[in-house]
Amino acid sequence: MPVLVLDELCIEQGERVFIEGPSGSGKSTLLSLLSGVVVPQQGTLHVLGQQLEQLNGIQRDHFRAHHVGYIFQLFNLIPYLSVMDNVMLPCRFSKIRHVRALQRSSTLEIEAQRLLGQLDIAGKLWHFPVTTLSVGQQQRVAAARALMGAPELLIADEPTSSLDGNRRKAFLRLLFDECEQMGSTVVFVSHDVSLEKQFDRTIHLAAINRASTQAVWERS
Amino acid sequence: MGAIITVPILRLAWKSLLNRWVTVGLTLFSIALSVMLLMGVERLRVEARESFANTLSGTDLIAGARTGGVQLLLYSVFRLGHATNNISWESYLDIAAQKSVAWTVPISLGDSHRGYRVLGTTAEYFKHYRYAVNEHLAFDQGQSFSDLYDAVLGAEVAKKLGYELGEAIIIAHGASDVSFARHDDKPFKVVGVLKRTGTPVDRTVHVSLEAIEAIHIDWQNGAPLPGLSTSAEQARSKDLTPKAITAVLMGLKSKILTFKMQRFINDYKEEPLTAILPGVALSELWSVIGIAENALLIISAFVVIVGLFGMLTVLLASLNERRREMAILRSVGARPGHIFGLIMGETAALTLGGISLGLGLLYGLLFIARPMIEAHYGIHVPIGGLTHYELLLLGIVMLAGFVVGALPAYRAYRLSLADGLSMRI
Repeated sequence: MPVLVLDELCIEQGERVFIEGPSGSGKSTLLSLLSGVVVPQQGTLHVLGQQLEQLNGIQRDHFRAHHVGYIFQLFNLIPYLSVMDNVMLPCRFSKIRHVRALQRSSTLEIEAQRLLGQLDIAGKLWHFPVTTLSVGQQQRVAAARALMGAPELLIADEPTSSLDGNRRKAFLRLLFDECEQMGSTVVFVSHDVSLEKQFDRTIHLAAINRASTQAVWERS
Repeated sequence: MGAIITVPILRLAWKSLLNRWVTVGLTLFSIALSVMLLMGVERLRVEARESFANTLSGTDLIAGARTGGVQLLLYSVFRLGHATNNISWESYLDIAAQKSVAWTVPISLGDSHRGYRVLGTTAEYFKHYRYAVNEHLAFDQGQSFSDLYDAVLGAEVAKKLGYELGEAIIIAHGASDVSFARHDDKPFKVVGVLKRTGTPVDRTVHVSLEAIEAIHIDWQNGAPLPGLSTSAEQARSKDLTPKAITAVLMGLKSKILTFKMQRFINDYKEEPLTAILPGVALSELWSVIGIAENALLIISAFVVIVGLFGMLTVLLASLNERRREMAILRSVGARPGHIFGLIMGETAALTLGGISLGLGLLYGLLFIARPMIEAHYGIHVPIGGLTHYELLLLGIVMLAGFVVGALPAYRAYRLSLADGLSMRI
């Protein structure tokens, strides 16, 4: 029984897309598809010119390492690494992102510090254990990590749901500024519709997901 | 899975361990203790065997009345059990006069002093008895016996009973010290104390063969003859040539003659005798008591297994709370193989750390306990490098650690495949 059935969904490169839908509408599945964790049972999936369903698991892991930045809803950071080490983590698994980070700054540390500065994380926090940070600070560190090495695709899974209204706006503004500079595509999932006007386009997943419509029909 | 153990993964493993230092420290400590026990038992085992084999050296043959080889060794060298029969003095003289015989030390057993065996012998004993690698007996105080009623004590006898030179001691008849079977009419004087050897010599009271004869003048079949009483002074004037001895230690002029001489004694016409090669009998005896030693090693091997299972428990228990961590790693591009490598790296660090700490503890303990072990048991434990066998044992522990670690590593690998980036918390 598929949880996500889409006739077609196209997101342009550099676009900022807001994906909205109630729980069970297939948001997580869509993100798993886009990040190459799972492949579609039927049909094709092109991301950044790659046909993902034709890659094997390890190739898709490499694809994700090189091209995707991912922000979770909560608990984004490795608890035993410092703020700096967390931010530099993607470059440890991807040569490409390592090289791209070095194109922007002379060392990984300087690039990480630049991103943390952009996202308003004070310098005194850089070498703190991540567990001493507030939730808002943690989410901004997570954003810095996702942006490290300028991935072409940034996926955010309700990253602002634990922040209050003002902080949400500030967080988004910082995120967009940085993505614009890098030319990254942003796929942002949330059920908080108050955010949608800050995006180029909103996709109402429940409306286009035929699997959930079927389920709703069957239930009623 | 390719190169799963990469430098960043090892760095991650290291930091993750540091982050959980309390449980990690305890796990490390339990592995270290078990490794220390294993190595300590192994070292003591080897040294006990060495020390056992070193009880007697330089003696080519031991002869006694016809009996089993191990029995003869037990009573003549280890002072355990009793001889069932004796060698007549004439046979002894005949054997001692053989051309191939370089030296002989006759010994006569049967009496005791406060739980320690009394050995009747000649001054030759102190000259020819050797232990370990050709160590001669040496006097800590005093000298060998010169008077009929002189006694030389082993180191332990002197220390435990608090005897000093010049003190008088009473010898009891038989191995048990009971008041009605004491040779209390003929007290002995302590004239010498031997240095510690770590052999049964330390637990022996040495007197001359003539003295053994003297104290038994009025005795027959293990009891004093009623009505007879020869005083210590009167005994001096009597013929004190022994009628029989218990056994004889002998050295030959050439090792090549050993088997010939052994056959000569075993086929001795006048009375049934047995001759043994001490080295052969010692290893025969060790093969019997060595079972206990192996049991000890097996127990400590189990302790190591328990230690490793402790590590398994800790690693498995932590996996569930680390699923979030695994998902984060996957999101930044870690492959499931990396996750496997991370847990394996932690296991390797724990096992290696446990082994190193265990060895450190062992050497520390050896350094502290060495003088005590030597003083109490006469076992000299050298603080040397690791032997091949010990390295092999450590290699097995390391391998077992990897095998044990592969289990949680594989589980983490499966979980990270199943969870992907979404894990419910």
